[in-house]
Amino acid sequence: MSGGLYSMEEKDFDRSLDLTKVKPYGDTMNDGKTQISFTLPVPCNDEAIEAAKQLLKKMGFENPQIVYYKELTKGFTFFNCYGSSIHTVDYTLIKVPKVESTVMDMHETDQFIKENLGRKIVVVGASTGTDAHTVGIDAIMNMKGYAGHYGLERYEMIDAYNLGSQVTNEDFIAKAIELNADVLLVSQTVTQKDVHIKNLTELVEMLEADGLRNKMILICGGPRLSHELAKELGFDAGFGMNSYADNVASYFSQELVNRI
Amino acid sequence: MKKAKEIVILHKNTGIMNQSKLGLDFSKIKAAKASAAEIASEVQKFVNDFTTVAVERTLCRLIGIDGVDKNDVPLPNVVINQLFENGVLNQGVLFYLGNAILETNNTPQQIAEKISKSELNITKLKINSSASIQSEINPYILQSIDRIKTNVNKRKEYLTTLGEGSKPYIYVIVATGNIYEDVIQAQAAARQGADIIAVIRTTGQSLLDYVPFGATTEGFGGTFATQENFKIMRSALDEIGEEVGRYIRLCNYCSGLCMPEIAAMGALERLDVMLNDALYGILFRDINPQRTIIDQYFSRVINGFAGVIINTGEDNYLTTADAFDQAHTVLASDIINEQLALLAGMSEEQMGLGHAFEMAPDLENGFLFELAQAQMTREIFPKAPLKYMPPTKFMTGNIFRGQIQDTLFNEISIWTGQGIQLLGMITEAIHTPFMSDRYLAIENAKYIFNNMKNIGNEVEFKKDGIIQLRAQKVLDDACNLIKDIEKEGLFDALEKGIFADIKRSKTGGKGLAGVVKKSDKYFNPFINLMKGENK
Repeated sequence: MSGGLYSMEEKDFDRSLDLTKVKPYGDTMNDGKTQISFTLPVPCNDEAIEAAKQLLKKMGFENPQIVYYKELTKGFTFFNCYGSSIHTVDYTLIKVPKVESTVMDMHETDQFIKENLGRKIVVVGASTGTDAHTVGIDAIMNMKGYAGHYGLERYEMIDAYNLGSQVTNEDFIAKAIELNADVLLVSQTVTQKDVHIKNLTELVEMLEADGLRNKMILICGGPRLSHELAKELGFDAGFGMNSYADNVASYFSQELVNRI
Repeated sequence: MKKAKEIVILHKNTGIMNQSKLGLDFSKIKAAKASAAEIASEVQKFVNDFTTVAVERTLCRLIGIDGVDKNDVPLPNVVINQLFENGVLNQGVLFYLGNAILETNNTPQQIAEKISKSELNITKLKINSSASIQSEINPYILQSIDRIKTNVNKRKEYLTTLGEGSKPYIYVIVATGNIYEDVIQAQAAARQGADIIAVIRTTGQSLLDYVPFGATTEGFGGTFATQENFKIMRSALDEIGEEVGRYIRLCNYCSGLCMPEIAAMGALERLDVMLNDALYGILFRDINPQRTIIDQYFSRVINGFAGVIINTGEDNYLTTADAFDQAHTVLASDIINEQLALLAGMSEEQMGLGHAFEMAPDLENGFLFELAQAQMTREIFPKAPLKYMPPTKFMTGNIFRGQIQDTLFNEISIWTGQGIQLLGMITEAIHTPFMSDRYLAIENAKYIFNNMKNIGNEVEFKKDGIIQLRAQKVLDDACNLIKDIEKEGLFDALEKGIFADIKRSKTGGKGLAGVVKKSDKYFNPFINLMKGENK
């Protein structure tokens, strides 16, 4: 680019923060600066660049800039772009359903369970369906935990059973009954073609059919899951990215006590 | 003085490694490999006495039985089910097929079709002498051996005329679920510089006790491994290889309940690289240890003969166990896997032993420890095209940091001369790679591999510094672990959760029902033909 290092663009927009009209921030309030990259299924030429610019405008970006482009293979061109978003959102009206509990660390949770429940909580977890990934359920359950957060197996007041991956919903429920589980944890990593939705819904339906749904706290987690989606599917709670054993254990121990 | 002698011996044997940059004691390595050879030979004694439904289905495929019945059950399954239900699988399918050819004068394929229509029960025919049965089936066996040999020669011819990329080979995956879409992605990757294309299997295929049939366009997180899909991708890669002037290798997954069948399909369709590791299936797919160890032996015999490079799955241990604390388990498993592969007749040049760049990014000097591990692995397996796996466990969705993690991983690979570089993707943990993710990954690797090409020859490690001491420690720990495993045997060690912190019982897991003890009439001439040829 020959634009130089410094932006000489005129900044004739209102530079004060208005939470009812929030837009992206680059280096100046309300500049709307956004970075986007995508591939178009067209050969790399001037028309391709123009197509990318037009697309950015349709996406709601002013001053679209194509800063890099490259033909990935015949008929496919990759773009790195910047633009200024014309859209805003009203931040003050946003309501996101959240898991309502106080996050405690392992010792606090153990203490909480001892004082309020007086017995160990039985937790059964698995990566269910055809999902072969154990990384999620391991991060929550394994002794070592993840990123410095100990897993449920290390909790004194939790009996944690990690069934691993590719567990069918049938086997999962059978094990939950056998162990008299208080809490079921389902991890879903593979989400192609919404396979996780189908699988999670099936679990809820099977638990309902067996009359078990209200006897256990049902929790799902995974990088593409949210509490909102979990509630929609009939789970008690859902945990997405950046959730650790602390978050999950705090939630179910408090919820269990609430239900007594 | 003893140390110096060892060094000379290793030099003669390998022609590559004549001194350790890490101050490794080669006599320890030699002792560990001898221990591992004992472990492997104990396993082999067990393997020799048994066959499995998958091994027998593989024999069906090798002698030309293919296709499905009206319910889409593959004909190899139909044939084996008949033997299994009649309780005679212990004699082996070649015995009954050879006999049926004598009695009916049909080909194996015609016989299988008749079984599928319930027109024939090959266990109820008059039984001829073993000698006549064996001579009847022999032409089909030789025909199959010839077809695979032709493939091996074709690959050699391509490698001579087209050549190949330099090591580390750039390995990328395609995983659209649709074989025709995979072809587009694979050809794009080859044009960008990929040397190996792996078609990821649909999630769950490893647990199917049959191989699906025909070209497929639906899959979850991957594409079904079918012989037709192999053929479609092989021909697409040959075409693109001609265009880019480089032989492009094709990789698939020879693991799970159909391990040897996939090996046979790969050999028949000229695949070049196969994930092939019983330990992986035992630990991460909960496949019965006996079943998959038996299956692994025949699959490795086939892969060895077909000139396929196998990849082992030790890298996966570090997705559950900690990469720093459990580094020695990866090495120990590599050493055992090498011995198991040697027993199946594979050459060291075919052993893509696995390890991975999985130390926590916030670990102080983590790069140094990774470097020590990679260099150590290189020195211990000097001829093996080591398979180096990228960071996955600590990829967060921050694609910008992900690019740095992948860069560090690429630096270690070129520095230590790894064989197969499975490129990291910035969108790991987000989605299966976009075409542009693959482009960015290949661009990164090519940049680093070129820019740092000879760093390994130029830089030495400080004597008794962090890197040397780390490598020596990991080797010592691995040697001790192997000694322990030698005492109790591999199966018992697995029951104790020695690898990846996962415990697997010898009688647990999926597929044990398909294991059968061989009777005295059992024969499988492929083993000797294939192992003899490869020597």
